[in-house]
Amino acid sequence: MNDALVSQIETLLKSQPVLLFMKGTPDFPMCGFSAKVSGILKESKTPFATVNILEEPELREGLKVYANWPTFPQLYIGGELVGGCDITVSLHQSGELQRLLEASSNKVDQPA
Amino acid sequence: MGISTMEERLARLRGYLEQALVPQRLDIVDHTEAHGHDPQANGAGHYLIRVVSSRFDGLSAIGRHRLVYEAVAPMMPADVHALSIQAQTPAEAGTH
Repeated sequence: MNDALVSQIETLLKSQPVLLFMKGTPDFPMCGFSAKVSGILKESKTPFATVNILEEPELREGLKVYANWPTFPQLYIGGELVGGCDITVSLHQSGELQRLLEASSNKVDQPA
Repeated sequence: MGISTMEERLARLRGYLEQALVPQRLDIVDHTEAHGHDPQANGAGHYLIRVVSSRFDGLSAIGRHRLVYEAVAPMMPADVHALSIQAQTPAEAGTH
């Protein structure tokens, strides 16, 4: 993977506390797993950003290598990969996801 | 022709998982039909993997899922599009 792609990914991850790489968009998801995770994030009432990897083929292949994770969606909180659909659903059910999301949005709200 | 039947695919999937994870329990459910609408899959399968293996001892959920995906990497993306994974240690599954 080339350096430009790595730095593009790292810049993206730094720019958004909660970032979901998905197929399609939250309003028009193109895969059931992406629909599920974006639905959970909407329900959480905390801010999140998404990238439609179907429109970014280079980024899509780069993320698989960068994250050592071969599928989408990929949910990142605070720049760290949280997981795909299964892990996100399980964290959601245990209440842990809400805690992670609120902790990350509190960080953003604090003055620099 | 390079297209394998559903049965062959399932057998290969089981083979890769058994080789890599030496599981105490392994259930594979074929969910390909349920996701047949997904235009991104290009005919590759979706499978639910329920697996109990001591290889998961001490690993986070992310680490466990990575092990499972590494095991089936030779089948991605041609035969396997995505997995649903339930990965437990023997202690968690109560199979000790």
